[in-house]
Amino acid sequence: MATDTLFTLGAEALKRLRRETVDKPVIFVGAGTCGLGAGAAQTLAAVREWLAVSAVDADIVETGCIGLCAEEPLMDVQLPGRARISFKKVTAEKVTRILDDIFAGAVDTKLALVQFDAGDNKGWDGVPTFAEHPFFRRQTRWVLGNCGVIDPESLEEYCARGGYEALRNTLSWLTPDEAVETVVKSGLRGRGGGGFPTGKKWRFARAEKGELKYLICNADEGDPGAFMDRAVIEGDPYRLLEGMTIAAYAIGAREAYIYIRAEYPLAVKRLERAIARAEKHNLLGERILGSDLSLRMHIKMGAGAFVCGEETALINSIEGKRGMPRPRPPFPAVRGLFGKPTVINNVETFANVPEIFRNGAEHFAAVGTGSSNGTKVFALSGKVNNTGLVEVAMGTTIREIVFDIGGGIEHGARFKAVQIGGPSGGCIPDANLDTKIDYEELKKVGAMMGSGGLVVMDEHTCMVDVAKFFMDFIQRESCGKCIPCREGTRRMLEILQSITRSRKNETGEQALQRFQGIMQLTELAEVIRATSLCGLGQTAPNPVLSTLKWFRNEYDAHVYDRKCPAGVCKELVAYRIVEAQCKGCTLCAKKCPVGAIKGAPRSPHYIIDEKCIRCGACMAACPFKAIETE
Amino acid sequence: MNTMTEQVLTRYPGAGRDKLIPILQEVQEADGYISREAVALIGRHLGVPASKIYGVATFYNQFRFTPKGKYHIMVCRGTACHVKGSADILERIERTLKIKAGETSRDGLFSIEVVACIGACGLAPVICVNGEYHGKLTGEAVEKIVQSYREREAAHGN
Repeated sequence: MATDTLFTLGAEALKRLRRETVDKPVIFVGAGTCGLGAGAAQTLAAVREWLAVSAVDADIVETGCIGLCAEEPLMDVQLPGRARISFKKVTAEKVTRILDDIFAGAVDTKLALVQFDAGDNKGWDGVPTFAEHPFFRRQTRWVLGNCGVIDPESLEEYCARGGYEALRNTLSWLTPDEAVETVVKSGLRGRGGGGFPTGKKWRFARAEKGELKYLICNADEGDPGAFMDRAVIEGDPYRLLEGMTIAAYAIGAREAYIYIRAEYPLAVKRLERAIARAEKHNLLGERILGSDLSLRMHIKMGAGAFVCGEETALINSIEGKRGMPRPRPPFPAVRGLFGKPTVINNVETFANVPEIFRNGAEHFAAVGTGSSNGTKVFALSGKVNNTGLVEVAMGTTIREIVFDIGGGIEHGARFKAVQIGGPSGGCIPDANLDTKIDYEELKKVGAMMGSGGLVVMDEHTCMVDVAKFFMDFIQRESCGKCIPCREGTRRMLEILQSITRSRKNETGEQALQRFQGIMQLTELAEVIRATSLCGLGQTAPNPVLSTLKWFRNEYDAHVYDRKCPAGVCKELVAYRIVEAQCKGCTLCAKKCPVGAIKGAPRSPHYIIDEKCIRCGACMAACPFKAIETE
Repeated sequence: MNTMTEQVLTRYPGAGRDKLIPILQEVQEADGYISREAVALIGRHLGVPASKIYGVATFYNQFRFTPKGKYHIMVCRGTACHVKGSADILERIERTLKIKAGETSRDGLFSIEVVACIGACGLAPVICVNGEYHGKLTGEAVEKIVQSYREREAAHGN
C-alpha cells in the first residue's frame, strides 16, 4: 500500500483493517515474550497443523500481549459474522478441541476469557465482554489500547485505528512551539521514574540554539519487576515511533536513538521492522509526509546496566563509555549526547504523545488527579492472581489494582505489602492501600511511582529479605563513581546479611559489628540519600527505610528473637523431627540432599543441625507431618 | 577466532569510540564471549587502549570473558521471581549441574548466568535456556528441564 492511500481508505476497507468484518476466519495467538514463555510457539504450531488437517482457510495473526499474563497462552478466534473471542491457557493440546468446537458453532465457556465488542456481528452467549470482565473493566487502555489486538507488524492496521493521525495533524496545523505548549498543557509527566513534566523538558531543549539536537528514547527497562515498555514495543511499535516523531518535530531534532535492552530480542526485531516500514512510507527519514521534518532513527542495544536508566549515564553509554552518571547541571536538555541538547523520555511517555495530539490536551488532562494526568501502566506481579499489565487512570487506588483488577492474593493467603517503584521505590502496607496513584501521593507514603512495577507480597514474604534483595541488587549495580553509593550500599547490605545469618558460630567481634551496624543503619541510609551523585544513589536506601518504617516488627524478630516470622531467612529457621509423630519410614532421609537425617528404619529419625542446609525437602516429603520448623 | 573479530571489524570502517559497545556485542554474538585477542584487535581498530576497552566491557553485565556452554541457562533474579522463590531455583540448578552462576560445566554443555530481569514477571519464576523460556517453575520442574536438555544432547549423539 502506498503512503497516500494509507490515509485515504474507504469506510469498507477501514472496517476490514480494523477487523470489524472479516471474510475468512482469523486466528490470533498472543506471541509476546510472556506468551512464548507460556508455550505460545507450540500453540501456534498446533493451530497450523489443525488448519492443514481440517483444510480450513484462515489467517493466522501473531499479536503482542493483551496484558493478562496469568492466563497465557491466549488464542483468539474470529469467524465471519461473529464477535472475536479470546480463549485462555490454550496450550497446544487444547487447540484441537477449541477449534473443533468453535467451527461447529459452540464455545466451552470455561475456556473462554473474554469477547470483543460485537458491533454488527453476533456475540457469544455466556462470555463476558471487555466492559464486563473484572480484569479489563476498570482499566483505561490508552497506551495499551492496541497491544494484543492488532498485528504489531502491520502499519496499515495501526493507521486504520487512528495511527499517525496525530503526526499528520501536528505537521499540518501546529508550529513546533505550539506542539511543545500542547504537551505542557496536557500535564504529561515522565513515566520512567522521576515524573518530571515532559512539556517543560521539551521547552528547555526547544529554547536551545543550534542545528543539531538529539532525541533519545529510554527503553532500557532495568527495573526488575517492570515490563510495560517491552509489551508496548512488542505489541504496538508504531505508537512509539509516532510519539517520537512528534517529539522530534517539537524540539527540532533530526537524529533519534532508541536505547533498548539486549535482553528483549523480540522487541528489537519488531522495532527494526517497524522503522524500516515507516521509512518506506515516508513516516521517517527525509521530509516526512512532505513537511520540513527529517528524522533518522537509530537503535542502540543496551549492554545490561541498571544505572543506564539514569539519563546522563545512558548518554555516556551511547557514546561508548562506561555508563556512569555526570553531575547535573548542565542538564541533558542543554548539553547532552555528544555535547548537544538532548531530550530523553521513556517508552511509555512517548507512547502517550499520540493520544494527546489526537484527542487534544484537554481530553488528556481530564483524566487523572490534576497534578498527575492521564493513565499509568503497571506491571502487576508477585503473589497476586491476575499477574499482567494493567493500565489505569491516575487517581485509582492501589487497593483497586491489587484486589479488583488483580483478583486478590493467590492461594487465599493474607496480603502483606505491595512494592512499587522497583529498587528505588518502597513498600505500601495494608494500612495505606487506599493511596491514590499520583506522583505526590505515593511520595507521601514513602514510595514512588518509578517505572510502574507492582510486586505483591503476602504473609510468606519476609520484608527483611526483600530489603536485602534490593540492597544486593543496588550494590551490584552501583556504578562506583561516588563513594556514598558504592561503599554505603555495600555496608547496608552487610548489615542486613548479618541480621539474617545464624549466630551459631559468630565471634565476639562479629557480634559487636552486627550490633553497631543495626544502630547505624538509618544514619547510613540518610547519608547515602543526601550525598549521592545521581538518582540511583539518592534513592538506594528507600527499600530499607520503607520496610523499616512499616515492618519494624519483622526487623525486631530477626534482631532480638533471631527468628524469621515468614520462614524465608533460612539460617534462622531450624527443622526438627517430632519424635512422637515419626514412624521411621526413612522417606525424609532419602530425600535429604546432604544426608543430614539419620535414624534406623521404623524408629524415630533425627536431623543433624550442623549438616542441614535448610532446603525444606524433608518437610515436603514427610507423609506424617512429623517435621516442624522453629 | 580472530578472524571472526576481524570480520566484525570490517563492518565498522573508520569507526569511533561510540561504536565500541555495538562492536563488543557483535563479537560476543559471534564468538560467545570476549577473548583477550579480540580486545587487542578492537583496540587497534578503534585506537583505544585495551585497558579502556576492558573498563567498558567489565562495566556491563552483558559481556563475558569465558566461553559459554552449549546450553546457556539464564536465571531471572528480578523482584517478582525473587518473591516467588528464584533463589531456590538458582540453588537447585547450581546443585544439579555442580557449577556456580557465571561458570561453565566442564563438558562445555551448560553455563549459568544470573540476569536482573527477563521481563516476563507474570510467569515468575522464569529461566531462559538458549532463548526458550520456562516459566512458573518449581525445584522439580527445573531438574526435569535440565534433564531434558541432557537427553536432547544424548539423542543427537554430540
